[in-house]
Amino acid sequence: MPPRTCALCNDARAILKRPKTGQQICKECFFYVFETEVHNTITEARLFKPGDRVAIGASGGKDSTVLAHVMKTLNERYKYGLELFLLSIDEGITGYRDDSLETVKRNQQQYDMPLKILSYDELYGWTMDAIVAQIGKKNNCTFCGVFRRQALDRGAAILNVDHIVTGHNADDIAETVLMNIMRGDIARLGRCTSICTQGEDTIKRSKPFKYAYEKEIVMYAYFKKLDYFSTECIYSPDAYRGHARAFLKDLEAARPSAIIDIIHSGEAFEIKEDVKATQKIQQTCRRCGYMSSNELCKACTLLEGLERGMATAAVTDRARKRLDADGPAPENLRTIPMFQLPSAPRQKPTTTAVEGTT
Amino acid sequence: MSAINLKIEFGGGLELLFSNQRSHRIAIPANVPVPTPEGSDVQTKPADLTYLIFWLRDNLLKERAELFVENGTVRPGVLVLVNDTDWELEGEGEYQLKDGDEIVFISTLHGG
Repeated sequence: MPPRTCALCNDARAILKRPKTGQQICKECFFYVFETEVHNTITEARLFKPGDRVAIGASGGKDSTVLAHVMKTLNERYKYGLELFLLSIDEGITGYRDDSLETVKRNQQQYDMPLKILSYDELYGWTMDAIVAQIGKKNNCTFCGVFRRQALDRGAAILNVDHIVTGHNADDIAETVLMNIMRGDIARLGRCTSICTQGEDTIKRSKPFKYAYEKEIVMYAYFKKLDYFSTECIYSPDAYRGHARAFLKDLEAARPSAIIDIIHSGEAFEIKEDVKATQKIQQTCRRCGYMSSNELCKACTLLEGLERGMATAAVTDRARKRLDADGPAPENLRTIPMFQLPSAPRQKPTTTAVEGTT
Repeated sequence: MSAINLKIEFGGGLELLFSNQRSHRIAIPANVPVPTPEGSDVQTKPADLTYLIFWLRDNLLKERAELFVENGTVRPGVLVLVNDTDWELEGEGEYQLKDGDEIVFISTLHGG
């Protein structure tokens, strides 16, 4: 086959077919359009303002490694004026997270960014290894997900940052749309496509790779020779997400625009007012001060279950009642430290959220 | 029979299926049999990428073949590069291999 020239510069040899557009482009144009699209995503959503302190949620995997590289590049190229940090959560999974954290430590050197590692062990008193030893591999992803979300916010508070960016890509978001539809999770369906989430009492969180295809992220890492870690978690993977993922990859093989199309569908769903009304209002966890849709936040509930040896009971609402029926939480129960937002002077007052709850 | 020498690279976690070794040098036949009805003369064709995928599965892969091959090609989510070019620009499975080619397989399916 004759070599094809780049559809953008009409000069260099094409090395990649873009899944989003079908265009055949060369390496330099690929770097340029990939970075520029992320820049456009950032500016159109007005994610940052000069002087913002931004933590990059870094796992050592492909997405967050590419995100750190691109954030550093764009911050310098377009003079965003951001102070960038790497924030890693150590779930305490021997042979998995300990290895990937070594990658993050190398990234810290390569990108010259301060790194904070916060472990489940220091925050909750439990590593994932210890949790799996107690509850088995059945629901461990529930614990890990709930604990990670809160750990990221707490790590961000320790770093005193305004904003957390994560490496979620277009494929991840399309997967989540599909999962929320299949589960009938209307509340999450509405939220999962927003590029930026911010409750009054949470740290701003956003996804600059919302429209970036996984294929392009991996190709970017390959051609830039970025150092990333790729091993499956040693505990049973999230089976439900796995099915959604395999299904999505099959759709993409048949029609590459499927991923972006699903995200657009997710964005276009409108929730009827009377459905919205049944959703729980956000409040503050009475035990740890973190945002919650119940009196106790999910992490505190799960932790109490673990501590009282009724861990599997804490995953559902019905099981929560069983936990309550067993008596009140013991006095000396291990709890998560009180959550406090960063104390630095901020643009918007954040104290109202705390006063607003009972 | 003449052979083609190839450099094979695995990345993104795929190397775990191939003795946890990222880089391999292999030699495969330049011409390979085409499946024909029994009794008719054996015909051959130049080795292509589809042939290579099955050759790798049968000769180099150590575990979980279903994570590499699916429906007669690589599993969706596995990227393939021919001499650092996306195989989608090179005819995918029909690309005819040449001596000295470097073929890279990268899984995109492992954690972010």
